[in-house]
Amino acid sequence: MKVFIDPPNSLILYDLVERFGHEPLGAMASIQERIDNIELDLPPMNVTLDDVVKGLKYAGVEVPSGIRGRLALWGPLIDQADAALIMLDPPFNFGCVGCERSNEMVRYLIRRRGIPALSVAYPGNEAEAKVSVGRIKEFLEGLK
Amino acid sequence: MTIKIAQLSCGTEYSSVQYEIEKAARSVGAKVVYPDVSYADINDSLKRFGFNPRSPQLKLMIARAVSLADGKYDADAVFITTCFRCAEAALVRNELRRFIQDNTRLPVVTYSFTERLKAAQLLTRMEALVTIVTRKELLARERQTGITVGLDSGSSTTKAIVMENNKILGKDWTPSGDVVKSAQLVLESALKQAGMEMSQVEAIGTTGYGRFTLGKHYGAKLVQEELTVNSKGAVWLADRQRGEATILDIGGMDNKAITVRDGVPDNFTMGGICAGASGRFLEMTAKRLKIEITELGRLADSGDWRNAKMNSYCSVFGIQDLVTTLGEGKSFEDVAAAACHSVAEQVYEQQLQEIDVRHPIIEVGGTSLISGLVKAVGEVLGEKPIVPPDSQYIGAVGGALLSSGFL
Repeated sequence: MKVFIDPPNSLILYDLVERFGHEPLGAMASIQERIDNIELDLPPMNVTLDDVVKGLKYAGVEVPSGIRGRLALWGPLIDQADAALIMLDPPFNFGCVGCERSNEMVRYLIRRRGIPALSVAYPGNEAEAKVSVGRIKEFLEGLK
Repeated sequence: MTIKIAQLSCGTEYSSVQYEIEKAARSVGAKVVYPDVSYADINDSLKRFGFNPRSPQLKLMIARAVSLADGKYDADAVFITTCFRCAEAALVRNELRRFIQDNTRLPVVTYSFTERLKAAQLLTRMEALVTIVTRKELLARERQTGITVGLDSGSSTTKAIVMENNKILGKDWTPSGDVVKSAQLVLESALKQAGMEMSQVEAIGTTGYGRFTLGKHYGAKLVQEELTVNSKGAVWLADRQRGEATILDIGGMDNKAITVRDGVPDNFTMGGICAGASGRFLEMTAKRLKIEITELGRLADSGDWRNAKMNSYCSVFGIQDLVTTLGEGKSFEDVAAAACHSVAEQVYEQQLQEIDVRHPIIEVGGTSLISGLVKAVGEVLGEKPIVPPDSQYIGAVGGALLSSGFL
């Protein structure tokens, strides 16, 4: 199944989804597709004006361009996701898209789709980390 | 020497404008750099700065600013930019600008972008940052020497000044049409007034939108953006070359608010998103009232803006307000006053919030001849601005003054 991860650029969540036999939907694939297939040379994120305009599907024109650009990347992934895995309140070196308003909208879009979603709090220590990974494992194994 | 412009930003890479920012910097011989910070630096910087925004990229912006302020990272100028319409970013952008100014002597420019940003829109700003860094000695020049000419090819009007030994001998202006032809016309007239021939001119300085074309045509010794040139012209005309001041130039297409220290700009803001609050709105108002723009100020002086509410936030809707107000039978005087007040209010809300106003305020540019607008600016700011003589010639005077530095 296709599982959207939030934060979308979390390597740990990406790896966990892959390990348990699902296809992770995250930033890496989205950016890679722009570099490989569209051959866009607009680093660092390869977002184009067209993308930002496409972001209007998810947020109105009065919403800052940076949010629409982000939603143009993550929105289509959420649209095609069968499930979602969300890490709540992670520190930004765990993975982040830089804008809290975008993060809120991403979580709302997941909720609006009504797909199975697991939200886990960012663990504060090793024991909590084990519990979190256990919950994620259980969730991913339960997806059919 | 490549000038390093430190970029403190949020959202540029997701708005498809990062490439345009770097392109604008490259085109003026500068390079955009990003102060290095570690993860630990970010948390320490947030504590020191005292403002902890929710968005991580804004946290990074703050850490980069602290790195510059502490001298841990070397840069020549600072460009602070965030998404247009983002409240959290707008708060951080303005406070960081203040923080950089309080803690460094680096020139700063702030900008809020949309996804439509193109390098050309940033060119003048980037060029000004580079000029401030690379031409410090030239910008410190306070006296014009020899015989020099300044040409200002603006969006609405073209101006020429002939100067000799720190005195204006000839001047003229005309509405801008063909860049070269308009300049030729005013230059001939200014030279005639000065009783001089072109062959006597020792140096020419060009500025304004047509500066490159004119610079090439006349083989100008100085081709420079209008932010630094206008500043020099303004402080020379107002005889305020030393100390601090704010220069307010409500132009035909965009407005500039520049803070200067000893005549050299250290922070500036330039309208760019909307032309609603520019002199163009007053031109449109005059046209609708079927009067000359030169009459608008006098008319406004005898009117009361409170009697005719108008909002030039958008020039199209502003004119709609004007039509409605006239339809209600309001007097031309009140309508003219309302138009001036509306532009002054917009300048206050859009431009002057992006800088820390320093005193005195020197109002310049063609619109400073519209007395009703000067009065409105004074009312809105609570301080009567200084309007120097020949205030519409700031760019041309600055060009003549600075080009004499090449003699």
